[in-house]
Amino acid sequence: MYLPTPRGDLSYALNNALLCNPSEDSTAYLASVAEDRLGSSLDVIYDEDLQLSLFMLYELHYRGFAEVDDRWEWNPALISLRAKIEEGFEDALRDVAGSISSVEPSSSEVAKALFALAANDAGPSVSKFIQRKANADQAREFLILKSIYQLKEADPHTWAIPKLAGRAKAAMVEIQADEYGNGRLSRMHSELFRQTMRGMGLRDDFGAYVDRIPAVTLAAANMISLFGMHRRLRGAITGHLALYEMTSSIPQACYARGFRRLGYESPVTDYFDEHVEADAVHEQIAGRDLAGGLAEDEPGLVRDILFGAQAAAAVDALAGAKYLEAWETGKSALYTGAGAAV
Amino acid sequence: MSDDCCASEAAIITVCPQGPLLLRGDFEILDADGQHIDTRQGPVALCRCGGSAIKPFCDGTHKLIKFEGRK
Repeated sequence: MYLPTPRGDLSYALNNALLCNPSEDSTAYLASVAEDRLGSSLDVIYDEDLQLSLFMLYELHYRGFAEVDDRWEWNPALISLRAKIEEGFEDALRDVAGSISSVEPSSSEVAKALFALAANDAGPSVSKFIQRKANADQAREFLILKSIYQLKEADPHTWAIPKLAGRAKAAMVEIQADEYGNGRLSRMHSELFRQTMRGMGLRDDFGAYVDRIPAVTLAAANMISLFGMHRRLRGAITGHLALYEMTSSIPQACYARGFRRLGYESPVTDYFDEHVEADAVHEQIAGRDLAGGLAEDEPGLVRDILFGAQAAAAVDALAGAKYLEAWETGKSALYTGAGAAV
Repeated sequence: MSDDCCASEAAIITVCPQGPLLLRGDFEILDADGQHIDTRQGPVALCRCGGSAIKPFCDGTHKLIKFEGRK
């Protein structure tokens, strides 16, 4: 992908730095710009400039940017900048996740608590809207919004594999292998999503629509990188994945029905159909063996497991509310700030 | 997730509380006429609540109908 259009002082400064040669000292002023931004930000989760900057910093660790030197990935000034933004972001996530109940560190109790959390997820129902009301343009917007994660689906959770051991690791590998189509390109979930985007007349290359993705959607994707890349948050990444899997199979069936209502069939709907069945498997493994297995191995991580799940549910609810508010009033749910390509 | 299923290739069935049967290892699913039913690669979840729209596979409906089952 190419560098996104900046949305404020920090992403502008970061953009400029990344276009320089990493051997030149072009990062000196980034820390103070970040301090200013964090100091004046009302809500990190909704802050376009901060979330876009964090997305850019994380993307250096995935597939990077076409015009950016790969050596920037481990530049100490950028790692330090990322840590600063992550600190504010994690605080915001802990706020929206809310208080965490005490749960016995056994596989069955942790799974039960996670399933209960997923069942009580009172977030706005984007899936019902897509199923019953969305028009084709809104269905396309929905895919564009999802694309910032789904076109690299599974990658941010994969960071966790080397940080886990034993039962939890085996469970994570079993789920992730499935996400990657068990090594078959055509069954890889990100490839199925590309097929859906192409079928709806959209671009299927990762990051093609980054300039249309609002902060809260970037935050949902950034959260997975935050949890996946920090070993101290290994509990949170397993809780996050469990919650994602547990709130997936039923909504995916709604999406499939919505796209069929709009006149689309396979291969457009393959992605959703695959997830109905796959995630009904994954939620069982994620609850008992991944999160539950980790809780039994490391009882001190139970609170973080629940934090990851609650944060996932909370941020998804915020994003969903934003989409529905726009669509219900005939507006676009995409980012339309200055610089957003139309 | 089972450490025995793949080594021995024997089919392993896990009964999930309030949920499906998880099936791993070497197995084949046949319909009433003995015809092979295609399954996805990897583990498979079989409906136990009777509510799935994609039987014999699970689609998560047990959560909507509050299926209890036997543990």
